[in-house]
Amino acid sequence: MASIAPNAPVAPRAVIADVLFDAAAKDKDVVVLCSDSRGSAALEPFFEAYPNQAVEVGIAEQDLVGIAAGLASCGKRAVAVSPASFLATRSYEQARVDCAYSDTNVTLVGISGGVSYGELGMTHQSAQDIAALAAVPNMRVYLPSDRHQTKKLMEALLQDEKCAYVRVGRSPVPDVYGEDDCPFELDKANVLREGEDVALIACGELVAPCLDAAKALSADGVSCTVVDMHCVKPLDGDAVVEAATGAKVVLTAEEHSKSGGLGARVAQVVGEECPRPVKALALPDTPVVTGTKAQILEHYGLDAAGIAASAKELLAKV
Amino acid sequence: MTSFEELERLRWEVRQRALDMVYGGKTGHIGGDFSIADALLVLYLRHLNVDPARPDDPDRDRFVMSKGHAVEALYAVLAAKGFLDIDDVVARYARYGSPYIGHPSHAIAGIEVNTGSLGHGLPVAVGMALAAKMDGRGYRTYCFMGDGEQAEGSVWEGAMSGSNFELDNLCALVDRNRLQISGDTEDVMRLDDLAERWRAFGWNVLTVDGHDLRALDDAFDLAERTEGRPTMIIAETVKGFGSKVCEGKAAWHHQVPDDGQYREISADLAAHRAEAEKGANRG
Repeated sequence: MASIAPNAPVAPRAVIADVLFDAAAKDKDVVVLCSDSRGSAALEPFFEAYPNQAVEVGIAEQDLVGIAAGLASCGKRAVAVSPASFLATRSYEQARVDCAYSDTNVTLVGISGGVSYGELGMTHQSAQDIAALAAVPNMRVYLPSDRHQTKKLMEALLQDEKCAYVRVGRSPVPDVYGEDDCPFELDKANVLREGEDVALIACGELVAPCLDAAKALSADGVSCTVVDMHCVKPLDGDAVVEAATGAKVVLTAEEHSKSGGLGARVAQVVGEECPRPVKALALPDTPVVTGTKAQILEHYGLDAAGIAASAKELLAKV
Repeated sequence: MTSFEELERLRWEVRQRALDMVYGGKTGHIGGDFSIADALLVLYLRHLNVDPARPDDPDRDRFVMSKGHAVEALYAVLAAKGFLDIDDVVARYARYGSPYIGHPSHAIAGIEVNTGSLGHGLPVAVGMALAAKMDGRGYRTYCFMGDGEQAEGSVWEGAMSGSNFELDNLCALVDRNRLQISGDTEDVMRLDDLAERWRAFGWNVLTVDGHDLRALDDAFDLAERTEGRPTMIIAETVKGFGSKVCEGKAAWHHQVPDDGQYREISADLAAHRAEAEKGANRG
């Protein structure tokens, strides 16, 4: 398990579009909503094939999420797909009130998340979405790590009755799992590798570089546990405690601000349950440097080399 | 369907019970309760197809109280419709641990979605009306808003989508009492000509006296007969309608009456009710 294949050709957003397409064929209550975002979401085929299950609201994210909640309250499985930067915070109050508080079955899918639009500035980046939405009671937050897990996650969310926020990036990402080798249980983290020195806990697209870092560290005699925490909320606290207690230090990695993200959530659990050094590798609490996504991640030490270097630094302190 | 004679009596009783809630719970919005009460009564007791015995009926009409702060009037009307025990509501409204909070909660029988933050109701109602169209169901969706609420941008996103989707099964209403917490709506953020604004967004707009039960009834009838576009009823109302203590006074947006004011408002409502009963007896 967990070998990294060469760049997978299919982006998670395209996988989501496929899952929705298949689900709509089987269930007329699956409804997809876009805010002038169907092209970026790879949902044009869906809109052509299922016009009675597709809703275009124009560039109006508050309307997008409010309408989704109204549809859901009438029995629809509403899936609102829009760039993560706008979906997570422009329609934040609709997510908080109309989805989470009113307990409607809306799945919010934030595409082109994190620093996917690295060159376009902070308006188009979503480095605060975990912090914002994880703070809302009854809202779940998921960042799948590759196309296979994205598929399993979306299929699971289409089966349940609660609201959730899912964030994926824009481009294809390396496979973490194989097509027939992707164990998945909603709200349970996957342990991809076991070691005794460093517990690496990551979500979304930073799981793959953590695996690469673990391999490189292994060659240097440092052994790592790698945990894929797709469920940022509800966090799999048992998995955090298990990984942390089996290691000397804990390192988290996420494509999100250090404020209120995965690292903050993991540190809280470790501090309460099994205190030991924790370092959160994340984006800074400032607008990020301009560049491609790869350049930005490297700049902030969020690529495999940076993660490995941070692990060594942290270990040296204990 | 409830007769107008009965509604003439109920309109003062509903206000009295809303007043009891605010007085007992020491919080609430009497001004808006009293301005919206007549429209709520006419809708619930003469038009809205909802049945307390079948609250989950998929074909029930949907109602969204976007002007959520007037929840005391809604509780009283839901009780008149048979959803709630009014004595229980009055006894527990806003008390420690009570389900009867100061804004609509879907934990209460007969309330579809939580509201309170202004500007949310119309997009949600658009979604409900859209679901009916998708499923070929005949139910209608109603959304009541405040006039100060019209300054929220999300109202106009909902206005745009409601007409874009040609939702003739959707009827919104604005409680045009011309007062919000800081004063006259036209001083806070100009809304006039509100009817022209809604017309420009493609809605069928009806302006009525929001305290004329028959005019409200006709407006809901007209909305039901309108095809191809949603209807907006602008109900011209008086904030605090029913008592000289609070009529037309912005302070009563969120004021809690003291003992003397409670007695005085109750006496005004009782006088209206006695007048209504006299009229009914004459009729």
